[in-house]
Amino acid sequence: MTEPFTRLTAVVIPLDESNVDTDQVVPSRFSKLPIGPGHERVLFHDRRFGADGSPNEDFVFNRPDYQGAKILLARRNFGIGSSRESAAMAVWSFGLRALIAPSFGEIFFNNCFKRGVLPIKLPEGDVDKLFDYLAARPGAAITIDLPAQTVAAGPDMTYRFDIGAVQKMCLVKGFDEIALTESYGKAIADFEARYDAEFPWLRVQLGASAR
Amino acid sequence: MARTLFDKIWQRHVVTQFEGSEALIYIDRLLLHEGSNHAFRTLAAWNRPVRRPRSAIACADHYVPTVGRERGLAGFEIVANRDEIALMERNAHAHDIVLFSHDDPLQGILHVVAPELGMTLPGTVIVGGDSHTCTHGAFGAVAFGTGSSELAHILATQTLWQATPQRMRIIVDGRLGFGVSAKDLALAIIRTIGNDGGIGYFIEYAGSAVRALSMEQRMTLCNLSIEGGARGGMVAPDDTTFGYLADRPHAPKGADLEKALGFWRTLQTDDGASFDREVRIDGSRVAALASWGTNPSQVVAVDEPIPDPANEGDPVRREAMKAALAYMDLKPGMRLCDVPINCVFIGSCTNARIEDLRAAAEVARRGRAVVPAYVVPGSRSVKRQAESEGLDRIFRDAGFEWRDSGCAFCTGVNGDLVRPGERCASTSNRNYKGRQGPGSRTHLVSPATAAAAALTGHITDARRLGPAAQ
Ligand code: SF4
Repeated sequence: MTEPFTRLTAVVIPLDESNVDTDQVVPSRFSKLPIGPGHERVLFHDRRFGADGSPNEDFVFNRPDYQGAKILLARRNFGIGSSRESAAMAVWSFGLRALIAPSFGEIFFNNCFKRGVLPIKLPEGDVDKLFDYLAARPGAAITIDLPAQTVAAGPDMTYRFDIGAVQKMCLVKGFDEIALTESYGKAIADFEARYDAEFPWLRVQLGASAR
Repeated sequence: MARTLFDKIWQRHVVTQFEGSEALIYIDRLLLHEGSNHAFRTLAAWNRPVRRPRSAIACADHYVPTVGRERGLAGFEIVANRDEIALMERNAHAHDIVLFSHDDPLQGILHVVAPELGMTLPGTVIVGGDSHTCTHGAFGAVAFGTGSSELAHILATQTLWQATPQRMRIIVDGRLGFGVSAKDLALAIIRTIGNDGGIGYFIEYAGSAVRALSMEQRMTLCNLSIEGGARGGMVAPDDTTFGYLADRPHAPKGADLEKALGFWRTLQTDDGASFDREVRIDGSRVAALASWGTNPSQVVAVDEPIPDPANEGDPVRREAMKAALAYMDLKPGMRLCDVPINCVFIGSCTNARIEDLRAAAEVARRGRAVVPAYVVPGSRSVKRQAESEGLDRIFRDAGFEWRDSGCAFCTGVNGDLVRPGERCASTSNRNYKGRQGPGSRTHLVSPATAAAAALTGHITDARRLGPAAQ
């Protein structure tokens, strides 16, 4: 479904803020848009654009140094809040392929993988060093190597990150989890048969007796 | 080996594990709302049917107006919302999923409706297309929210790939003081662990103060788990739980119930089971709290000075505090009880169940609202129950607006908005910038504190109000 993700060398936008919630990533009024390409304008809409729709020059996304960026660096708790997947879709539509922060809202974190975006958790000290590195070199690129699970900035800074095996495989190969899951179709059917026998009281038909 | 409550439920639901990493988890119940329309689009793109339609329910909650509902869909002023609900009706119908739509007598907020109908059961894994699905952990279920791709995956396969979270236990000893609610306790916990303290964890709430909570209060407590960063939180089921479930339409009955009870009584953390993190809180020291900032860890007692960022050692938190003070137009050292508010919202999946409305009405009867105050029951069942107890009369007589059920001012997507720059004392769960409308300022409080704020125009500890006017 998504394009395979292996190695990426790209410009990084440093967003020096913590607790960026999904309402800021995509204002809730846009959450009805069918999730798909075309979400690029809604990403950080109310930060990037003024009330008249003109670009807000002060916002880091609009600075000339960061045009064409494919990586976003942020502080703690990026993407907390609502489960709306349009936030991850907007990140992808805008052209960002990876996010780096010390921590993420967990639902947003998982949603990113579904939309071909790699969220990377690094220790806070490493994130601090990346901010310092980029502050000294606005518009500099860094390299993410997903198979090797590393982030490299310049010759001297390389950081390793962890990732789930399913998440990694789906991104590297660019396919949906559903295909993997269906390869376990028999295991699911067997589980379900055992489970239904053990917990017959759970097998109720929801709705039938509510009215 | 001694196991935690979480482990006992989780391990029963593991279908398989991938290379020692994520587990494929079997999902018992799926909770959908208007936003889940996205999941049906994904399912259509995958060209897959729904595997087990009657394991899911859907509620119209986010987009429904809270006034003019007698006019049906024609009463929706926001056309896009009407269209989303019409689409949701088509999706539910096409896939044979039970829907509680805008005109259903059982309609309400997903996280109020499923428990009150007995669909939320101990020992189950419940996933919802909404981040506050963690509410259902109150019953001793593993319950968490997810995005639309994962919802579609569950609709198609009844399973989900998930990393196994770490376990945290929060033990609240002692007992909550008179007039201190589960909301105050939840805010106290988030103040203690931070709004990111729970990231990577599943929480079990334990201890005497938690055991003493009613099911409504446990739902409030678990509802706020995600505001502390955790995917979910849970309370071991006990007689309080079983009592609540008795006679609920979808809860097991007769021989099934005996069987279920046999299982449910095993759902306790074993002595000696270990947690990755343990936090202790003295319940007797929890005060009536209110948020001053823009995340739910930024809270103070109603009469406590707002903290000074200069005293915060952590630079990231310090910057977040400064930004919050600027957005909220507050200064360090001010007390929230001295700051005028513009409106009050009593509602949301956090605090709109019958006990919440009773607590608010108990305060409302002592005076008259001096600012607009909106009471939005969590479901139409709660609304009927409240009306049968005369709570609607109490609210109306005190000048509060009594509305129809939905998410309403919690997020404002239905059009119930707090105006730019205005301050709302709100019983909801998120105080992010603009959460209740562009430029809105939210102060999270308990139902009693919210009702007291309506009477005084300031955030007020209800225990300081005089007795009821005769
Ligand atoms: S009441 Fe608020 S938090 Fe709860 S489901 Fe509705 S919008 Fe979400």
